[in-house]
Amino acid sequence: MHVPDGFLDLPTSTATGVVAAGAIGLAVWRSRTEAVDDRRAPMIGIVATVIFAGQMVNFPVGAGTSGHLLGATLAALLVGPWTAVLVLSVVLIVQALLFADGGITALGTNITLMGVVGVAVGWLVARAVIALLPKRRWALLVAGGVGALLSVPAAAAVFSLLFAIGGQAPVELGAVLAAMVGWHAIIGVGEAAITVAILAAVLATRPDLVYAARFIQPATTSPTEVVARPEVAA
Amino acid sequence: MTGTSSTVRSGTARITTLAFTIGALVAAVVIAVLVSLAASHQPDGLEYVAEATGFEDAAVESAAAGSPLADYAVAGIDDPILSNVVVGFLGCAVVFLIGIGVGAIVRRRAASRS
Repeated sequence: MHVPDGFLDLPTSTATGVVAAGAIGLAVWRSRTEAVDDRRAPMIGIVATVIFAGQMVNFPVGAGTSGHLLGATLAALLVGPWTAVLVLSVVLIVQALLFADGGITALGTNITLMGVVGVAVGWLVARAVIALLPKRRWALLVAGGVGALLSVPAAAAVFSLLFAIGGQAPVELGAVLAAMVGWHAIIGVGEAAITVAILAAVLATRPDLVYAARFIQPATTSPTEVVARPEVAA
Repeated sequence: MTGTSSTVRSGTARITTLAFTIGALVAAVVIAVLVSLAASHQPDGLEYVAEATGFEDAAVESAAAGSPLADYAVAGIDDPILSNVVVGFLGCAVVFLIGIGVGAIVRRRAASRS
């Protein structure tokens, strides 16, 4: 859903630029409480790299349309929502500047849609699902799946609203909104599948590195379990 | 558990931090370099909707369109597979290094607070 330059007028792009800059500033401030353990594993770099790679793989969703991973919900659950805003921003900035994927004046729009709306909706929905379910590991996977599923059409809906405000073509809001939300709901199914798969892989190997694991009960250690060897500091 | 040790605290950790980091990065590079060759080239959801509802012509070229890596192709490399390998690897490397930098900034802020 990388918005190119030209879709939105300058005032709207400026407004989303201000929103994005504000969100990044707030995220740098608030992520202190989340990323304090980044020395244990460089999770910001790792998660950003995995999301960048995932976004390179468009999957077909029918009728000559494709979609790709957004990664906002995945990042929020792995590193915390404020740090996730930073992770998505890194990916989107590199894509816009290096690969011309998403516009330059549209960068604020793309950070707002995918980094702010995607993370906020994915995280809040996931938290709500966690609150409703038993505090077990599988609940995190369900929460991640549902959050991911809804985060994509939510970002698409906000694009449609922005287009209604500052779109550079006279297209009816209803038509854009229905098509955007409809197609991105289908893309959301792929988003959910990839999010659950990656979350499950991290939970299976290093659950201690999953930010959202603090909302479930710690797994009981079985005596046969292989405990990772403490590493010697370099 | 002092600051210099990255001891795995949780008994549930099954692999070391180094193994996790390398594993995740290798997986990402393989996805970016190889799996992406199989990616769909159909328009994505937004492009499709723009065509269907008639605002695709509003798009203008990005100011970064002249980048030697624009549109995930390396200027001067005609072989699409080699080009994709270079793009995928470079993209992962740049994103990871910037991510490390952001992590260092956030960590320093966290440390200065305590």
